[in-house]
Amino acid sequence: MTTTVQQTDSAVETNDEVILAVNDLRTYIFTRAATVKAVDGISFSLRKGETLGIVGESGCGKTMTALSLLRLVPRPAGRIVTGEIVLNGEDILQKSEDEMRDVRGRQISMILQDPQTSLNPVFTIGNQLREALGIAHKENKRSMLGRAVDALRSVNVAAPERRLDDYPHQMSGGMKQRVVGAIAMSCEPGVIIADEPTTALDVTIQLQYLRLLKEIQANTGLGIIFITHDFGVVARMCDRVAVMYAGRIIEQGEVRDIFNAPAHPYTQALINSVPKLEQRVGRLYQIDGQPPLLSNLPEGCRFAPRCAYASDQCLESYPQSYHMKDGHYADCWALDPAWQGTPIAEFIAPTGRTG
Amino acid sequence: MQRFIILRLLQGLLAVFVISLIVFALSRVAGDPLAAILDDESGKEQIELLRKQWGLDQPLHIQYLTYMRRLLTGDLGTSFKWDRPVAELIAEKLPATIQLSAFALIITGVIAFPIGVLSAVKKDSWFDTGGKMFAILGQSAPTFAVGLILMWIFAVQLGWLPTSGKGGLRYMLLPGFALGYYNVAAIMRLTRSSMLDVLDTEYVKLARIKGIPEWRIVWKHCFRNALIVPLTYFSLILAVLITGSVVIETIFAWPGIGQLVIQAIVSKDHITVQAIVMLFALLYIGINIVTDIVYAYVDPRIRYS
Repeated sequence: MTTTVQQTDSAVETNDEVILAVNDLRTYIFTRAATVKAVDGISFSLRKGETLGIVGESGCGKTMTALSLLRLVPRPAGRIVTGEIVLNGEDILQKSEDEMRDVRGRQISMILQDPQTSLNPVFTIGNQLREALGIAHKENKRSMLGRAVDALRSVNVAAPERRLDDYPHQMSGGMKQRVVGAIAMSCEPGVIIADEPTTALDVTIQLQYLRLLKEIQANTGLGIIFITHDFGVVARMCDRVAVMYAGRIIEQGEVRDIFNAPAHPYTQALINSVPKLEQRVGRLYQIDGQPPLLSNLPEGCRFAPRCAYASDQCLESYPQSYHMKDGHYADCWALDPAWQGTPIAEFIAPTGRTG
Repeated sequence: MQRFIILRLLQGLLAVFVISLIVFALSRVAGDPLAAILDDESGKEQIELLRKQWGLDQPLHIQYLTYMRRLLTGDLGTSFKWDRPVAELIAEKLPATIQLSAFALIITGVIAFPIGVLSAVKKDSWFDTGGKMFAILGQSAPTFAVGLILMWIFAVQLGWLPTSGKGGLRYMLLPGFALGYYNVAAIMRLTRSSMLDVLDTEYVKLARIKGIPEWRIVWKHCFRNALIVPLTYFSLILAVLITGSVVIETIFAWPGIGQLVIQAIVSKDHITVQAIVMLFALLYIGINIVTDIVYAYVDPRIRYS
């Protein structure tokens, strides 16, 4: 394993295919008591037609990352402090609020977690769909109706013409989530963020929904950022994955590489805690302790207090980003050639799915 | 929807019946009406004669039945004090009261809803703080005090508006605002808090993700959802306004039903009091039914359940 020391910035690739590049993004929430560093210096990129998974425990900054990409961080407490979000070649952090409205929905969009609450209860879904379309295309009512029907058909809603006059409460959860998807994708954005879109659905519907997203992606070249805490879903959906811990991306790379050779002890622990069918275990693996408070972060590596292999160095300063291969990066002192502690090869054996 | 309306109407009827019982009972425990219109020199026979004439010698339940029978045929009885049919008195005074109440209601709606919405959108700004102070003042100052202070400033000191009496729009401004102020404050606060809740929902987030302009999010997506709570209150105040006009009409010498009822109470004219209280009760119930139907229009979830 070659470990070359590199700067965090190099995680951002400069490729023609790259539609979204995030560079050293920091989003803080300023409360009277403390500053919550929800997103604290993350960098990643997304190519056309690619699915990037963002994985992590609750409260590690995943959703705040998503909201930052849309510039919808709850104000006035929340603020993007520094960084760059380059979408289709333009840094959206430089845009005015008016210009952002043209970006939202048309260049980047988002599917929210809970379909039960994502649709406005007092308007028909036809109304809500047409509204999304109407912002982008100024057309007559008739062709808009056609577009709304097409949008519903694209997410496999049966008899879409009849569904337009329904209110959200007349639909099932899975149906609602498909409508939310139709709204999010109606203006054909290049990037869509899916924030745990299947957590509120039951298992069979989940699978259907994931397949649908994949299908749409294959047809349109959509770039998807898939936010989840479920490594199983990552394996099914994503090309690359970024593992977040306490506001930072601690490891990212191709899904295959991360599963076969996770470099960061936290990633290893996460993968170990996924139940496996082929293995009989008495008790699921769990990581002891809890993630640090984002308002009171430790000085050194943020995972160090929970890490079995942590040294004094880990507790003192945050590690650099080390490049393994093909865009596989991890922030861990054990990857440093000068590391004195337990060699990384002797950490928990990689337990990726065989093959 | 039809079933919904019929059910509400039946519930309303039941309420009217119960209220009629209460009103009747209250007016009988309030004292002997004959004592008010007769003086000490009236002879015993004269008293007995009047008692008989007005049916006051009958047992209470017979009196109630007579009262209800007349009520159903539209006969509200004859006033002791004015010696005229009560229905005629009410018909004479009611339009002035409705005029004043409607005006106060319009003032309330026009001021309260926009300020409430803007206070929520611009939460913690100077505008919100100003609105809060305006509301606290309105909620804590009694109607008669507001009326008197307004009269002193705008009529006595500045001389811009007339002090009292009935006339054109100029005459309505002061009593209308005095009557509406308390409710402006209440509706403003209700609208604000309910808007804040709605602004925080996922569907508003989705609307923002769609790239919809903020004004449209506020007035289309939020306002209609936020309307439910203040709407309940708004409809109730229509009734409160009519009953509340009792005080304001007295202060501003507005010749409405409020004045009538005060005079009737003072002279223990229980026939008139009964009729007016019944009228107020009917208004309350009627307005409530209309509100329920408006809800069903605003929120489709109520319509279909």
